[in-house]
Amino acid sequence: MMSAYIDFIRIRFLMMLAYRVNYYSGIIIYAINIGAYYFLWQAIYGDKETLAGFTVNQMTTYVAVSWMARAFYFNNLDREIANEIRDGSVAVQLIRPYSYLLVKMMQGFGEGLFRMLLFMVPGMIIVCLIFPVTLPTEPMTWLIYLVMLFFSFLINSQINILTGLFAFFVENNEGMMRMKRVMVDLFSGVVVPIAFFPGWLSAIMQWLPFQAITYLPSSVFTGRTPDSEIGQVFGLQVIWFIGLLVPIWWTWRAARRRLFVQGG
Amino acid sequence: MLAIDVKDLRKQFNVQKNREGLSGALKDLFKREYNEVTAVKDISFQIPEGEICGYIGENGAGKSTTIKMLTGILVPTSGHIKVNGFIPYKDREKFVGGIGVVFGQRSQLWWDIGVIESFQLLRKVYRVSEQDFRKRLNELVERLQLGDLLNRPVRKLSLGQRMRCELVASLLHNPSILFLDEPTIGLDIVVKTEIRDFLMQMNKEQGTTILLTTHDLQDIEALCSRVIMLDDGRIIYDGGLDELKNRWSKGREIQFQFARHTPIEKLKQLTESLDVTWTPENDVTAKMWLPHAVNVSDALARVVGGVEIRDIKIFETNTDDIVRGIYQSGSAAVSKETSQS
Repeated sequence: MMSAYIDFIRIRFLMMLAYRVNYYSGIIIYAINIGAYYFLWQAIYGDKETLAGFTVNQMTTYVAVSWMARAFYFNNLDREIANEIRDGSVAVQLIRPYSYLLVKMMQGFGEGLFRMLLFMVPGMIIVCLIFPVTLPTEPMTWLIYLVMLFFSFLINSQINILTGLFAFFVENNEGMMRMKRVMVDLFSGVVVPIAFFPGWLSAIMQWLPFQAITYLPSSVFTGRTPDSEIGQVFGLQVIWFIGLLVPIWWTWRAARRRLFVQGG
Repeated sequence: MLAIDVKDLRKQFNVQKNREGLSGALKDLFKREYNEVTAVKDISFQIPEGEICGYIGENGAGKSTTIKMLTGILVPTSGHIKVNGFIPYKDREKFVGGIGVVFGQRSQLWWDIGVIESFQLLRKVYRVSEQDFRKRLNELVERLQLGDLLNRPVRKLSLGQRMRCELVASLLHNPSILFLDEPTIGLDIVVKTEIRDFLMQMNKEQGTTILLTTHDLQDIEALCSRVIMLDDGRIIYDGGLDELKNRWSKGREIQFQFARHTPIEKLKQLTESLDVTWTPENDVTAKMWLPHAVNVSDALARVVGGVEIRDIKIFETNTDDIVRGIYQSGSAAVSKETSQS
C-alpha cells in the first residue's frame, strides 16, 4: 500500500515535469521579488549596521532563503481540494481504499520535490550570483535546515488542507483561500521577519503556526538562532505538525457527514 | 447470502437558501437559512448475490444518492445498510476493496497519465499481486478489445474507449459487487451492446452482483432480471421486468397493411362492438390499438373477415412508453396501486 502512496509522489512529479515550461517564468518572478526586497531593505537600512538584530547581510540572506523555501513548500492543495469538493469528483476519491488526505499530501510532496529540484535549486544559484548572499558552510546546518524545511512543507500543507476542507461547509471558500495565502505570506515571515513586528503582534505570532513555516527555519539557517535553541525551535515545528492533525481529523469527520455530492 | 441489504434508508440534505436581492444577501451573510431536502425516503430492499438489478427513476429521484450511500461515499441520515457484510461508511477503506464502481459521468482514471499507468497505480492501491493483475488485465483487455489503447493518455480517448477503460479499472481487483451509475450514457449502440454483453458474461461466469442505474431501458431489458423503480425518494416498484410490463402496459397495437385503399370508417365499422381505436397511417396501412381486455384473436377475426390483408405486425407497448407512463402518472397513484397488488 505504501508503494501506492509513493507512486502518487512519482506521478505528480512527472506531471509537473510535463508542464515544466510554466515554471521557468516562476523562477524569474521569484528572482524579481527577491531583488525588490533586497533593494527595499538596502534603502531601509541606509547606513545603519543592524535592525532588530539583523545585519544587512543577514537580511539579504534571510530574504533569499525565505523566498526560495517558499518555492518549495508552496502548493495549491487548498484549491485542489476545494475544486474536487465543488465539482463532486471527491466522490471518486472516496471509492478507493486509501486515505484521501494522505494522497493529497503525497501529491503535494511530489509537487514540492519538483519545485525543489527545478525551481528552488536553480533559483538559489541565480540569486547567489546576483546578490551578496552568504550561505552557511557547516554541513550540519544544511542538514537541520532540510529537515526543518520538510516540516515547513508539512505544516503549510496542513493549513492548505484545512482551508480546502472548508469547501464542505461553505458554498465558495475562494475568499478564505485568498485570506489564508496573504496570512501565510505575512505571518510566516516571508515578507517581513517576525522580529520586525510590533511587540504585541510578535507575541501573538508565538502562538500561531505560521512562524514555523518560514521564520523559524530561515532563522536557523541564517545563523540567527543560537545552536542551543535549535532543538527547541525544531520541537515547536513538530508540535505544530502534530497539533494540526487534530482539527484536520475533526473537520474531515464532520465533512463526511455533510458531504453533498454536486451533480447528482 | 445477501449482497446488499438496505432497511429504512434515509438521506437528508441541508440546502442553503439564497434570499433575493441585496437585503436578502445581507441577511444571508448573518443568518443562513436552510431547506431540508429528503433525497431518499426510508427505502428498503435486498439484493442476493449474483443478481443483476436495475435501479431506475427520473432525474432527481434519488438513484445516485442511494448508490453513493451504498458505496460508502455518503453517510446516511438514518437506516441500516449492509453491503458485502460491511457497513459502507464505517469501514470505508476496507469495504471499498471489495466493490467496483463506475460513474458514467465522472472519470476515475488519472487524466494526464497513460491508461496502463492508471491501471498499475490502481493495482497498488488495491494491493493486487502482479501475477493476478497480469492475468486479469489480459482477460479484460482481450474481452473489451483495449489492446492498442493502453499506452495512450486518458485525455486522448474517445468516450467509448474511456468507458471501456473505466470498466476495466473498476474490475482489476475482482470485486464481488459492481455498482454502475449510468454506465452507457452518451455511448453509441455498438459500445453499448459490447458493454452489456460483457457485463452479462461476467455475471454468468463469476457471479458478480451488479446494481446499475440507467436512463436507457434497453440496458435494463438486456441485463436485468429485476428492476427497482424509484420516484421522489421512494420505491414504487420492485420486481421482475416482465411483471412490470404486464402490470403497466395497457394494451398493444396491431398494424395492418391492406391490399387496397381502405377507408378508416369501414374498419371502425368492422370492430364496432370492440373497445379499440384506429389510427390511419396512409391509404393502405392503419393501426389498431386494443387494451388487454380485448382478445387479439377476436379483433383480428373481424378485420380479416372484412378486408383483404397483406401484412400484420403486432407491437407490444415498449418499456420506454410504460415507464414514461408511470413517471407521468405521479407517485401517489402509483404507489397505491402497487400496494394493492
